[in-house]
Amino acid sequence: MTDTSKYLSHLELGERDETFLDSNELVINMGPQHPATHGVLRVILKLDGEKVLGTECVIGYLHRGVEKIAENRTYTMFNPYVDRMDYVAAVSNGLGYCEAVEKLLNVEAPPRAKYIRVILTELNRIASHQLWLGTHALDIGAITPLFYTFRDREEILKIFEKYCGARLTTHAFRIGGCQYETYDGFEREVKKFVDFVRPKIDEYEELLTTNRIWVERTKGVGVISDKDSIALGVTGPVLRASGVKWDIRKAQPYAAYSEMDFEIPTGTHGDTYDRYLVRMAEMRQALRIISQAVEKIPEGPIMAKIPKVLKPPVGEIYHSIEAPKGELGYFVVSDGSTQPYRVRVRPPSFVNLQALDLMVRGQLVADVIAVIGTLDIVLGEVDR
Amino acid sequence: MADDNKSTTPSPPGGEQKPAAEKPSGAVQPTPAGKPPNPTAVPPKPAAPAAPAKPAGPVPVPWDSPMVAKLKRQYGSGIEPLTYLGQNYMVVDRSLIPEILQVLRDEEQFDYCVDITAVHYPKREKPFDVVWILYSFPRNERIRVKTMIADGEPIPSATPIWAAANWLEREAFDMFGIKFDGHPDLKRILLPDGWKGHPLRKDYGIIEQDKEWVQINLGIESGQ
Repeated sequence: MTDTSKYLSHLELGERDETFLDSNELVINMGPQHPATHGVLRVILKLDGEKVLGTECVIGYLHRGVEKIAENRTYTMFNPYVDRMDYVAAVSNGLGYCEAVEKLLNVEAPPRAKYIRVILTELNRIASHQLWLGTHALDIGAITPLFYTFRDREEILKIFEKYCGARLTTHAFRIGGCQYETYDGFEREVKKFVDFVRPKIDEYEELLTTNRIWVERTKGVGVISDKDSIALGVTGPVLRASGVKWDIRKAQPYAAYSEMDFEIPTGTHGDTYDRYLVRMAEMRQALRIISQAVEKIPEGPIMAKIPKVLKPPVGEIYHSIEAPKGELGYFVVSDGSTQPYRVRVRPPSFVNLQALDLMVRGQLVADVIAVIGTLDIVLGEVDR
Repeated sequence: MADDNKSTTPSPPGGEQKPAAEKPSGAVQPTPAGKPPNPTAVPPKPAAPAAPAKPAGPVPVPWDSPMVAKLKRQYGSGIEPLTYLGQNYMVVDRSLIPEILQVLRDEEQFDYCVDITAVHYPKREKPFDVVWILYSFPRNERIRVKTMIADGEPIPSATPIWAAANWLEREAFDMFGIKFDGHPDLKRILLPDGWKGHPLRKDYGIIEQDKEWVQINLGIESGQ
């Protein structure tokens, strides 16, 4: 039996008017309108001077009731909505949803579709990490990486645009496979991109990895141990930076990941610097996966034989994938009709954000910004 | 794929063969076929129209493993372990709830609480399914634990077992109004504190909203 109470502290704010003046403690609001909270996150900070005594997150500003919408749409109609959750990694969202419904229907996408899915999802992982790196570095005070990463992310968005017409909320996949065959020269362009971006990642690292300011601002900041990460349900690069070698792509492979050769980068200290290194290494691994997938992509159909009107049999399924931010899960319940009875989205950002309090307690206010950045949250997904 | 990494668990092909074998019996007793044997897997509302129509697809089959056998010995009929499409879950009695979760974490190494959520079946006597999705890092195994509770019936919180349950339970409370006993700070998380109603209940319409709250706090007639 372990004690979980240390994770569960909440701010007692009720009495603050009476004690405000004669106390050293100060309660301030960060957000919801704050450039460094990456959206509409409000964090109530309880401070003693510059030191953080505790935090409380207030979320829900972007709540759109995605799960309720799902119950009132058909399975196919709901597909584009999932792109609007983690809009930075829309392709991953779509992949998780499509695979969950496919499991419920007991069909499998054809091999070629799986490879297309892997290529686009990994491209999206790089795009997501690039956006994270640029904004995270900007929060800490380095402006240059933002321009570098957005310049290179553009190439990925161009590939998405050429493939399916959309750059951000792509709706790239359909239940049962893919809607579109790859365009002429897709493989060539993806290969060209891999060659183009590989030295660029070195370039980002040159700017930051040994940069004294960067190291000082990130090393030993927002430390979370492997035990705490697991207790709090933290997944993705944050978990791996704490030394847990766990990736759903390896642990419970989906799409065509079982045929890919790649490694799971891990950190040791669980601090902001390690999380940075893990994500940089993940980008390189993603390039490795993409080049393998492009080499091996099989010919064949891209759509499984599924009925026009989807009516999955009565039952429920949970399927999760390794999204750029962690475990993205869909719990889908079917009642045998054309509309899902219930769709539950298990968002990685929402669960990871719970760890914020533990990570910043005892640190400085300026580090809160660094830790929010390093958690890599997207509020569209936190609030759904 | 690796969900069913247990040697005893039939993999998806097994799930496919099963319905073929059971089809005749389903045809003999059309309406009740879905309900009594596995009441939780079938939402009661559509069961009546859906059951007599066409082949019913795969059905949950009993799940057997050393862990399940052990739990079964301990708790008897309080738990019903099942496999559906290669995914294992157990329907447990409401009275076993904090205990079985504790056992799963402490003795069976389910150290990661992936998700806690609920499903609303308004026509059932106990209208809420509460679902815990668990994962074990050492075993690389995923299971679901499910129980049924009545409207307004409290259920023990899992926060002393997994800290991750904190926000997940708050969301289930916010969306369904399920009360988790012993939760340190059970309040709304996505909707504003003063909001009335729980939107993911089936009797809450998709364009329904707390008009009073909207008028007072936003100063507009309606959010629609």
